[in-house]
Amino acid sequence: MSKTFSLGGIHPNDNKISANAAIEEFPLVDTAFVALNQHLGAPAEPVVAKGDKVLAGQLIAKASGFISANIHSPVSGTVSAVEFLPDMAGNAVQHVVISVEGDEWLPSIDRSPVIVKDIKLSSEEIIAKIAEMGIVGLGGAAFPTHIKLSPPPGKKAEFLIVNGAECEPYLTSDYRIMIEMPEQILIGVKLMMKALKVDKAYVGIEENKPVAIKKMKEIAAASYPEIKIVSLKKRYPQGGEKQLIDAIIKRRVPSMGLPIDVGAVVQNVGTALAVYEAVQKNKPLVDGIVTVTGSCMKEQRNFRLRVGTTFDKIMFAIGGFPKDAVKLISGGPMMGKAVSRTEASSTKSTSALLLLTEEETKRGEESNCIRCAKCVDACPMGLEPYLLNRLSRQGKTAELEENMVQDCIECGCCLYSCPANIPLLDTIRYSKAQVIRIMRSRPKK
Amino acid sequence: MTTTIIFTIVSLSVLGLLLAVILYAVAQKFKVEEDPRIDDVEAIMPGANCGGCGFAGCRAFAEGCVKTSDLSTMFCPVGGNETMKKVASYLGVEVPEKQPQVAVVRCAGTCDNRPKLNHYDGYSSCAVMASLYAGDTGCKYGCLGQGDCELSCMFDAIKMDPKTGLPEVDEEKCTACGACVKACPKMIIELRNKGIKSRRIFVSCINKDKGGVAKKACAVACIGCTKCQKVCPFDAITISNNLAYIDYNKCKLCRKCVTECPTGAIWEVNFPVRVPKKEEEVVNE
Repeated sequence: MSKTFSLGGIHPNDNKISANAAIEEFPLVDTAFVALNQHLGAPAEPVVAKGDKVLAGQLIAKASGFISANIHSPVSGTVSAVEFLPDMAGNAVQHVVISVEGDEWLPSIDRSPVIVKDIKLSSEEIIAKIAEMGIVGLGGAAFPTHIKLSPPPGKKAEFLIVNGAECEPYLTSDYRIMIEMPEQILIGVKLMMKALKVDKAYVGIEENKPVAIKKMKEIAAASYPEIKIVSLKKRYPQGGEKQLIDAIIKRRVPSMGLPIDVGAVVQNVGTALAVYEAVQKNKPLVDGIVTVTGSCMKEQRNFRLRVGTTFDKIMFAIGGFPKDAVKLISGGPMMGKAVSRTEASSTKSTSALLLLTEEETKRGEESNCIRCAKCVDACPMGLEPYLLNRLSRQGKTAELEENMVQDCIECGCCLYSCPANIPLLDTIRYSKAQVIRIMRSRPKK
Repeated sequence: MTTTIIFTIVSLSVLGLLLAVILYAVAQKFKVEEDPRIDDVEAIMPGANCGGCGFAGCRAFAEGCVKTSDLSTMFCPVGGNETMKKVASYLGVEVPEKQPQVAVVRCAGTCDNRPKLNHYDGYSSCAVMASLYAGDTGCKYGCLGQGDCELSCMFDAIKMDPKTGLPEVDEEKCTACGACVKACPKMIIELRNKGIKSRRIFVSCINKDKGGVAKKACAVACIGCTKCQKVCPFDAITISNNLAYIDYNKCKLCRKCVTECPTGAIWEVNFPVRVPKKEEEVVNE
């Protein structure tokens, strides 16, 4: 019997049209533009200057501050500039620009396909290694993994929950790694279990990926009996931390709380793979699996893509922008962000590029709220989106806080289900940021 | 029957009288002493309750005026000097005269000057749009054109021009209350002195990018070339972060910078049309 979370959720068409495209290596580009704010928290500080020679995998920017991550060169070549360039939203971000010369990797990195199973390092050494290699959460938020694996004092992790739900429509990058590299993922999970000192781990996978469930179950049963593969019902937003915890261990994370408050740590399967490569193979996070998909494309692709590849180059590699595509989204259709500049480059957390046609992306005309409460039924956090929208338009931050706008996970279920096409998410997301800013500015008790 | 009616009337009257006495006693006991001058000062106020003075409304401002001895920091932008003089004479204190101000939109990025690079189809609000990305043109400092300033104005003085996509200020109606200044997430709108005969000179750009980048994004951007700074005889122009700024307290409206600016980023407002081949009129105080 498959499990699922208890509140809200929607069932969008999953559109996994790129599921059968095997992962292919993306061709080397001539210039890499590596952004220095690829993670949540403070941007990294560059440690290279113009004219420096770098090898692939070499450290080019150091973490600056508690929440931050190291950044390594994805290519080998010469640094041609360290400058501020627009990111995909048009905001100026410091980039290290590297002209590519050949493909030479640091000699310490093991790039052979041999699977290293023995775990030699201790818990602290694993966390230090993850921090050194600049691993961040690949589920979307890009939160530095080493911080998530070191629970604050007084709190103890009981479970490691690994997210293989991939509930966003269109995305297939997690699916592909689960069927192409299941053993590596499970070793990554083992490494994180050791780092957290927990003896139970669950990997949640939605039922629309039967091949992945079967493969992972087989390998887990044969060599990793402490890792349970859990089959989940297909439902969005199952991959949200709080929803996944609810679905698998039936615990509810308190408002404004973290998963660690209920004894859980949630990581993505992509992160597990990156942890395996970092700890066992010495390879920093310099590439990721990226789905390039869209109904307007002739051929669906899954690439292993180096960080810092411009979206222009990716479009070139798939044979140019399809004629009827009008919108390019980095990520899935529900939570992804529209790309406003194609000269921007991919980051560690880029999981997909989605091309949508005019018809698919069109917003209907807004009409009045008829209080049908479809948004209330759909909200997985138990909020009342129609009310928050109204309060947001009136700028009533105190009442927004009373109505828990800060708990919104920005999944977009309300907007998806609204028959009156009200831009609920747009207004609520803005107010959420405003309210959280106000809450943080208050003196701490 | 009659006794019931009489009994009802009498008992209710007695009860009413009793409660009235209690209410009166309580009202006397907990009476709030309030300066009667507050009511009078409030009557002088324009009553717009716009909050432009920094107080919660006209009554709060009146209260503030009565409580303070120094009126120099208090100013009602709607009523202007006239109202402040009336308040001062009523309270028997002096008040310095303040230059009248007006809201000025410092962006000239019309659709022709600043071509759109992408199409925004989200909720029509500058604040929401600014929280999502840098904007639909190459300039990340410029006007987003969703009209938050128009919505914020209580005097119908600022309106979006559908042709240019930029807000336009009606000088007659603008009271310089500052609501639009606060509403604009890009901080484009500034309150500047209205100037003699409403004549003003200002840099209509806030792009802090380097010259080349700014110019590529917008034809009338300030490129920070320092030409205006060199030509200004009154040291009114400062340049920081590739952007010129004219200090309206120092500017004597000589218009030399306007002719010097290579991109046309410096604007003159309400000046007579220039007559060619004649020495330029210098307007002094």
